[in-house]
Amino acid sequence: MIKDAYGHSVKSFQVRVQRQDAPGAAPYWQTFNVEYEPDMNVISVLQKIATMSRTSTGKETTPVAWDCGCLEEVCGSCTMVINGRVRQSCSALVDRLLEDNPREITLQPMSKFPVVRDLVVDRSRMFRNLQRVKAWVPVDGYADMGAGPRQSRGEQETAYPLSECMTCGCCLEACPQFLKVELERKPNESDAEYKQRCGEAYDTEFLGPQAISQAVLFNAHPTGKMMAGDRLDALAGPGGIQVCGNAQNCVAVCPKHIPLTTSIGRAGRAVTIHKIKQIFGGS
Amino acid sequence: MSKRKVVVVGGGLAGLACTMKLCELGIPVDLISLVPVKRSHSVCAQGGINSCNDQTRQLGDSEWLHLDDTVYGGDFLQHQPPVKEMAYWAPKVIELMDRLGVPFNRTEEGYIDRRRFGGTLYKRTAFAGATTGQQLLYALDEQVRRWESAGLVNKYEYWDFLGPVLDGNGACRGAVAQNLATMEIRSFAGDAVVIATGGPGLIYGRSTMSMMCTGSAASRCFQAGAKYGNPEFIQVHPTAIPGADKLRLMSESARGEGGRVWVPRTPQDTRPPKSIPDAERYYFLEERYPKYGNLVPRDIATREIFDICVNEGLSVEKDRLCVYLDLTHISKAELDRKLGGILDIYEKFQGVDPRTNPMKIFPAVHYSMGGLWADYEANGDGGLQAGSPRYQQTSVENLYAIGECDYHYHGANRLGANSLLSCIFSGLFLGPCLQNKLNSQKGTAAEQTALLADAAREHQERHNSLLQRTGGSENPYLIHRELGDVMTKAATVVRRNDQLKAAYEKVSELHDRARSCGLSDTGQWTNQNVMFTKALLDMFPLAKAIVKGALQRDECRGAHYKPDFSMPSLSATDPAGQRAEAEQWCDRFEENNRKWLKSTVCSYDGNHPQITYEDVDTSSVPPRPRLYGLVGADMIEKVWKERLAKSSAQPARV
Ligand SMILES: Cc1cc2nc3c(=O)[nH]c(=O)nc-3n(C[C@H](O)[C@H](O)[C@H](O)COP(=O)(O)OP(=O)(O)OC[C@H]3O[C@@H](n4cnc5c(N)ncnc54)[C@H](O)[C@@H]3O)c2cc1C
Ligand code: SF4
Ligand code: SF4
Ligand code: FES
Repeated sequence: MIKDAYGHSVKSFQVRVQRQDAPGAAPYWQTFNVEYEPDMNVISVLQKIATMSRTSTGKETTPVAWDCGCLEEVCGSCTMVINGRVRQSCSALVDRLLEDNPREITLQPMSKFPVVRDLVVDRSRMFRNLQRVKAWVPVDGYADMGAGPRQSRGEQETAYPLSECMTCGCCLEACPQFLKVELERKPNESDAEYKQRCGEAYDTEFLGPQAISQAVLFNAHPTGKMMAGDRLDALAGPGGIQVCGNAQNCVAVCPKHIPLTTSIGRAGRAVTIHKIKQIFGGS
Repeated sequence: MSKRKVVVVGGGLAGLACTMKLCELGIPVDLISLVPVKRSHSVCAQGGINSCNDQTRQLGDSEWLHLDDTVYGGDFLQHQPPVKEMAYWAPKVIELMDRLGVPFNRTEEGYIDRRRFGGTLYKRTAFAGATTGQQLLYALDEQVRRWESAGLVNKYEYWDFLGPVLDGNGACRGAVAQNLATMEIRSFAGDAVVIATGGPGLIYGRSTMSMMCTGSAASRCFQAGAKYGNPEFIQVHPTAIPGADKLRLMSESARGEGGRVWVPRTPQDTRPPKSIPDAERYYFLEERYPKYGNLVPRDIATREIFDICVNEGLSVEKDRLCVYLDLTHISKAELDRKLGGILDIYEKFQGVDPRTNPMKIFPAVHYSMGGLWADYEANGDGGLQAGSPRYQQTSVENLYAIGECDYHYHGANRLGANSLLSCIFSGLFLGPCLQNKLNSQKGTAAEQTALLADAAREHQERHNSLLQRTGGSENPYLIHRELGDVMTKAATVVRRNDQLKAAYEKVSELHDRARSCGLSDTGQWTNQNVMFTKALLDMFPLAKAIVKGALQRDECRGAHYKPDFSMPSLSATDPAGQRAEAEQWCDRFEENNRKWLKSTVCSYDGNHPQITYEDVDTSSVPPRPRLYGLVGADMIEKVWKERLAKSSAQPARV
């Protein structure tokens, strides 16, 4: 059982949530009183809050909206800012959080993405950026063509960690160069039109470490390589690798421990060579 | 580009494989999913994907044996043509995934490495670290993104499928869905609609499944008239980490890589596990099943762990049922290379390092073998007719089901690492079938504007009336918890008719109560409260089907275990006595198969599932008893083989 600063067992604790009713609306704080149980994580806290739908002063309220999926830190859904630090809420254990502050846990949405509601944010930009860097292997088709290219254990062991990126966005939240892009929806704008306009706005902004690392992953694959030039063009273009200030914040927060700065270094060198080749009449 | 369009609901492995294949054939797809498809539940799969391969082949393995293991493991309840086709496609599926960039683990020489999973004697399972499902899903997600860039796929992520659009002839012409952010409800025209929405784990409250695995989409089709097959066959995974919000899976690969299951011989021995000497440990799976050891099929492992804790009182802890799963005899380097990811999960959520301490685990609901009933067309060779528009079509014209939400491939019990295979296989195989289907149609669904608009309006009205129901006395989250408790108690490892009867009553009562749930949020923007309540309401038809199917099926088959109807071991010790008993045993086995070797097929009458039974196609591998661990198994097997030899001109291939 967790003890507070005076050695008393914690029976309940406060959860302060930064809420927002809709995109563009003003954020506000609400506090909830949650009974302590062993083995809780932030997801089970939010489940309790949804069940009671009452603030700590007894006022009835709507359940807090949040995103989650796998509950085992592999789907990337549940990212939020917990006690000021960006991380997955499913692996944020209440006991650990209360060790830091036995009184209170604070939950906020990520600040680099438009808020949809409460703790739910719109991360479609991350998927759009995967389109920008053509993060796929350009196979001819899905007919049976025999085995893929043989690869050494070493190659697999380099590729695998990069391939574990779950598009959670922690690295982007931490990156000082990655800035929020939020477009207000125009009246009568269709879904498709709005999506299109957002996409175009995203396309000239910083790609961020997640997409850069994916470009590196596919440029190292024996078949993926065949499109390396296209990816390097994207990395060399507006919002590309040159925006990175090498602050290394990204790598420190990645829950999958992806070697992002190594990827950024590899991408930087490859882009330099790519540019030199272009100057001297390469492709 | 085809002028006809397919709506795919669900972007797990099955939905994505189907989508990319359709795009390759030039057919545009609207892809609807509750979550961004890259976050689908398939990411959770850890262990791997099966196929016969060059290494196993040289030890005598073949596609035929993969088929044989699959139907034997499934207690012969699956129709064999789809299974046969899948087993023969399996090596090709893995080669394709390899080409798409899945970072499968490699041997020293650079070939795809394999491990052994339960229910087979061969190392058939390819794996990518401990996140095989994630890696496979990402490879398919990337291909679909490529088609999205090319303009063939439109994704509708954060949309909830509300139901199929049916025309006057009962044929499906599209789907209605609702945007989870804006709450907009609209129809999507679809000349075919493919349901690929995964399993229904949330019906059990906590399971190994993800939070979007509510089964609601399959239930909505069921309620709209599609039949549902084999609901009572729910796999309980032997090894999960008990948790407050979720029962996190400890993959079978932990046993595949040499993990040993044991309990102290002294009940609740308080010594630290590492200090308990070997002689005082009970490696019960190894002792009871010397041939398969820790790698007995899942249903057997589950029952044995349950038995050790519940009946023999040998649980490691007193207040919480669990046994040890021990990897500490394997080197840390090897563990990190082969199982790193899953061991991290244990460490992350339990705060204990499984490389140095045995893990504590207990069974948890994991997979649904049953699902939407779906058709197929066999070819003359025991496999499937390629391109048949009947393949995976539900009982509703133009409505298809693939992946965990259909009832094929796994029979009464799924073998580990066969599900990822069945999902990708059926998605790929369905592509050309749908192409033929669309080519045979007259007119297009998009022309049905009035029908589509009406369907959307109907769902809008339903939604509005739900929102107006404030002040209801029931809390949907609490009802959900109660439902989970009832289902977990009555319809998992051990099933008894009195409990099932009581459970059916209780589920019906909860269903009625759920109909008067009050909403704590009546807003029109990202209202998770109302969407959860809708999903909850739709859990009941499936929950009822599961319980009723289990209640009616008076036998033991695969995951469905009713001790009151189990087949006895032989008791005679002399050969003649044993022989006579074995004859009787086989008579009873045959008699039982005549009655119960049948798929359960449910339809929904608006309040209760109605059940009929359907013969199973066992044209390739004749049924034989599953005899793991039974006393007298050798004699029964001998008698059974003699009978088979007599009854068929062709000798059985075992
Ligand atoms: C923890 C765990 C480990 C596993 N490990 C293995 C393994 O090692 N090997 C193996 O072979 N199998 C394994 N399995 C089983 C396997 O992972 C699943 O059966 C398989 O991934 C299911 O894939 P799917 O495509 O059918 O559905 P899912 O991946 O579940 O995807 C379902 C899709 O449907 C969407 N959806 C659901 N409902 C709706 C709705 N109402 N409206 C709109 N969209 C909806 C979801 O958003 C999602 O995109 C494991 C399962 C679990 C739980
Ligand atoms: S290293 Fe580059 S990408 Fe990473 S946080 Fe710093 S600026 Fe951002
Ligand atoms: S690189 Fe790491 S932090 Fe960034 S999105 Fe991927 S998994 Fe998340
Ligand atoms: S819920 Fe999937 S990462 Fe937290």
